Amino acid sequence: MFRVARLYDSTIGKKILMACTGAVLLLFVVGHLIGNLKIFLGQAEFDHYAEFLREMGAPLLPHGAGLWIARLVLLGAVGVHIISAIQLTLTSWAARGTAYQKQERLAFSYASYTMRWGGVVVFFYVLYHLAHLTWGTAHHNFTASPYNNVVSGFQTWWVALIYIVALMPLGLHVYHGIWSACQTLGVNNPRYNTWRRPFAATVAALIVIGYLSIPVAVLAGWVTLNEG
Amino acid sequence: MKVTLHVWRQPRPDQPGRFVTYTANDITDHMSFLEMLDVVNEELVAKDEEPIHFDHDCREGICGSCGMVVNGRPHGPQVEGATCQLHMRSFKDGDEIWIEPWRSKAFPVLKDLVVDRSAFDRIMAVGGFISVRTGSAPDANAIPIRKESSDWAFDAAACIGCGACVAACPNASAMLFTSAKIAHLGLLPQGQPERLERADRMVAEMDRAGFGSCTNHGACENACPKGISVDWIAMLNRDLLKAKLVGTNS
Repeated sequence: MFRVARLYDSTIGKKILMACTGAVLLLFVVGHLIGNLKIFLGQAEFDHYAEFLREMGAPLLPHGAGLWIARLVLLGAVGVHIISAIQLTLTSWAARGTAYQKQERLAFSYASYTMRWGGVVVFFYVLYHLAHLTWGTAHHNFTASPYNNVVSGFQTWWVALIYIVALMPLGLHVYHGIWSACQTLGVNNPRYNTWRRPFAATVAALIVIGYLSIPVAVLAGWVTLNEG
Repeated sequence: MKVTLHVWRQPRPDQPGRFVTYTANDITDHMSFLEMLDVVNEELVAKDEEPIHFDHDCREGICGSCGMVVNGRPHGPQVEGATCQLHMRSFKDGDEIWIEPWRSKAFPVLKDLVVDRSAFDRIMAVGGFISVRTGSAPDANAIPIRKESSDWAFDAAACIGCGACVAACPNASAMLFTSAKIAHLGLLPQGQPERLERADRMVAEMDRAGFGSCTNHGACENACPKGISVDWIAMLNRDLLKAKLVGTNS
C-alpha cells in the first residue's frame, strides 16, 4: 500500500493507475456487452441473465452481494480514473504557459484529442444510462422486466439516438485508451509493437458494433416486446 | 523570393512578448531558414534595430541548439530535420511564416526565440550518466553486447536534446527526451547497475521542472528531428513501475 501511494506521487504513477482502472472498466464494458447481447435470445434468456447478476457468487455470497461488490469495484475504478485524469490534465494545461498562435496537429490519431472531453461525455452518458435502465427514473414505462425496459426504451427514437451517439466517444476512448495503456504499462516488444494499435482498433470496433446492434435491432423491429 | 514573417519578439523573460511582422526580401530558395533570418537581421542592424535573437550553433543538424516553431510545427515543415536543415525551398514566394519559440513553462523565454532549456540539463544531472572510474580507454570488445541492443541504444542516443518533443506535445511533456536518455543507457550493460534509480530520479526531476504529462498522442515522435520512437516511453514507464514497486536496489 505504501508503495502504491509513492507511485501516486509521480505523473507516470497516476497514469499507471489510470491504465489499471481503465482496464477494469474495459473488462466491465466487454462483460456488459456479452451479457446484453442475450437480448437476441429473447425475453426469458435476457431476464434470466439479469437475475443471474443478483445471484452472482451464490451460495457463497448472499443474494445481491456479488452485484454490489462489482458495483463498488467499478465505482472505485471510476473515481481513481477521473481524479487522476483531472490532476494530470491540470498539470498539462499549466505546463504549456503561453498558447501557440499556430499549432499543427501532429498526433498519431484523432482519437487522442478526444480523450478528455470524450471521457466527460461518456461519464454523463453513463449517468443517463443508469437513470434510464437501472434506477428507471428516466424511463417512461419502467417495469420489473429488464427486457421490456430495454426494448420499450429503445423504441423511442431519440433515446436510441442518445445511445448510438454516445458510442462514438466511447469507441474513440477505448481505442486510444488501449494503446495508451500498453505504453503506460510498458507492454511493448519490437516483435509486437506494430500490432498494438490495430489490436486497439479491433477491440474498439467490436465494442461499438456490438452495442450498436441492440438499439439498431429494436429500431428496425427485429427485437420486439412480447405480446401478452 | 519574398516572404512575410510574423516573429515572436520578447525583450526579456519577465516582459510580455508580441508578434512583429517583417518582410524578408531578396531570399533565394537555396538559403537555409536560419540564413534567411540572418538576412533579415542584417537589415534590422543596418536600421539600428534590435536583431531577432535565436539559438544556433553547428548548423549541421546535430547539436540541438536551434529550434523554433515554424507555422505551428517544431523545426518547420520538414521530416526529421532541425531548423538549421530547413531550407527556403520548402516555402513559396509570398508565403506568410509564423515563427514562435518553444512554448513550455519549463522552458521560459529568455529573449525572442531563445528559450532556457536548462530543465533538460537538470534531468540529465540526476541520472543521465553511468558511474565508472575513468582512466585509459578500455578494450573495445571487453564487454559483449548484442547487435540489436547496440543498434537500439544508438537509435535512442540519436536524441540531440533540442526540445522539439516538448514543443510539439499538446501537454508540453518531456517524456520522449527523458525516455530516449533512459533507453540509451538502459539498453547497454554499463547502464544496468543504476537503471531503476535512474528512471526514478529522472522522472522525479522531470515532474519537478513543470513539464506536462504524456497522453501518448505521438506528436513528439512526428516532430523529432532524429525520429526518436515513442517505444522508448513504454520502456521508461516499465523501468519506473519496477523502481516504484520493487525499489531501486534490485
